[in-house]
Amino acid sequence: MADILVVAEISDGSLKKTTHSAIAFAREAAKGLGGGFSILALGQGARAAAQELAGFGAKSVLVTDDASLANYVAERFENTVIEAAKQGGYAVVVATASSFGKDLMPRVAVALDAGFASDIAAVKAEGGKLVYKRPMFAGNAYGYCTLTTSVQVVTVRQSEFAPAEPSGGSSPAQDFPLAPPSPGAERVEFVSFDQVKSSRPSLGEAKVVVSGGRALKERFNEIIEPLADSLGAAIGASRAACDAGYAPSDYQVGQTGKIVAPRLYVAAGISGAIQHLAGMKGSKVIVAINKDPDAPIFQVADYGLVGDLFQIVPELTQAVRANKG
Amino acid sequence: MKILVPLKRVADPDNANKIKIPAGGAAIDTTGLEWKPNPFDEYAVETALRLTENGATPKTRAGEVVVVTFGPKETEATLRQALATGADKAVRVDAKDGELDGALVARALKTLVEREKPDLVLMGKQAVDGDSNQVGQMLARLLGWPQATFAATIKEEGGALLVGREVDGGVLSLRVKLPAVVTVDLRIVAPTSVYSKQTAPTFKYNEGVRFAALPAIMQAKKKPLAEVKLAELSADAALRIQYSTFEPPPARKAGIKVKDVPDLVNRLKNEAKVL
Repeated sequence: MADILVVAEISDGSLKKTTHSAIAFAREAAKGLGGGFSILALGQGARAAAQELAGFGAKSVLVTDDASLANYVAERFENTVIEAAKQGGYAVVVATASSFGKDLMPRVAVALDAGFASDIAAVKAEGGKLVYKRPMFAGNAYGYCTLTTSVQVVTVRQSEFAPAEPSGGSSPAQDFPLAPPSPGAERVEFVSFDQVKSSRPSLGEAKVVVSGGRALKERFNEIIEPLADSLGAAIGASRAACDAGYAPSDYQVGQTGKIVAPRLYVAAGISGAIQHLAGMKGSKVIVAINKDPDAPIFQVADYGLVGDLFQIVPELTQAVRANKG
Repeated sequence: MKILVPLKRVADPDNANKIKIPAGGAAIDTTGLEWKPNPFDEYAVETALRLTENGATPKTRAGEVVVVTFGPKETEATLRQALATGADKAVRVDAKDGELDGALVARALKTLVEREKPDLVLMGKQAVDGDSNQVGQMLARLLGWPQATFAATIKEEGGALLVGREVDGGVLSLRVKLPAVVTVDLRIVAPTSVYSKQTAPTFKYNEGVRFAALPAIMQAKKKPLAEVKLAELSADAALRIQYSTFEPPPARKAGIKVKDVPDLVNRLKNEAKVL
């Protein structure tokens, strides 16, 4: 059997859209291996999530819904994933490389003694084996790799796998028992989750992203928010803007922050450090606004505008609103 | 507190766009690039130094910081650098770069942790060459120790650490009892990110990592640096991941400078068709 197991991400009792990128991977990999895929819905609220997941063509949706899984802690989640992987004899276990997948899946891999490939951008089958493409060196190289083990664990880059759309049908839901927590579990305690509340789309899903740099200083929100709202965009930021406290750290776009690939990316006052470019150069159209005509951001921008962002961004906001009129 | 910090040297990350991929793409050519410690690992060293500062007597550590790296002889430069900033001793696990993958490093580190018996393993959340983000998590699982990844803040409480983790959507706080594995994110080196029991909660560190003074660089040459064979730490040396080829990312075609906002909006609407 060469089936795939997708680990769904459930947070605050509801299914996260990151899951759909892992499903997109599973469809592709299953086609390559000539098998199918199942989905493990794990967390408090998994039963409702399983209903949402029924229409994607999975052979089954395994459901582990338990109050002890209200808040994600690796040591309380992982053994259920590991057990499901073992019992189903899956060839590949996959999650999206969100902070959830990044935290959890290396542990699952080592527990299964499975090879692990993280943050993959593409998959293809060659002679019955899966070849994974991974971005490395801040996106300055892609490596093609294979895993030498029969069971394999991967995480996929959300911006590289377009979210799977429902394909109809109704996958049967099956209860899967909660496995006991790991040995370290009694020594780790969830304390709080300080969430950045926003009515805007999330960075990973937005079709338009407006990002600001350190040059905005305390006026970051005053300048960036109206433009983002006029475009229906998510807000991003450079590392420097986050470090300085002008923007929440959750906004950071870059090699080690959020990786985005929207239709339109507007960079205002961002010089374009290599680590920032790694997080956004997959965008379809890039607009850069910067007072320094030699800023590296202009080397990747489709449209560059040199000037004072405190004048240009509000003017652009007005023009976008007028255009929508 | 005794803290073990694994370190990796990487090709200078600020020049990562200068890496060369020869025709055929069988390997990445890093010749001409300067080796630097992985920035996240440098942050882990800084965090370890902050957590062990202000020992019982002046200029002593409240505990011990042990740094370890995997690689050939020349990687000892990376260890000496960490010793010069304040780490107490170092271990080099002798290995060729091509003999290693993340899972093997995690297995070997497990044995080393069992020998060294630290209270805490502090490491970078990822190395910026392979960008895998895996060893800390794997090690925590192998040890059965609690893990806190992507730490932006650490506060020591009696026998435990309160860790603020940067995750999607905000900051998630975990309390982990020692011994534990913690991987650090960028903002762990901000002035008010790390507090041990010995450090006043009003104290502000200098932003970023500390630099070694010249006398410390001289003294670091006398600090203990042990060499261990990889085979001693992991009998299983099989690699789980194999790279066949590499390729550069597709180049973006050069863009244009527009003259003003109306020009920009017009092009976004009619040329790029994104408005």
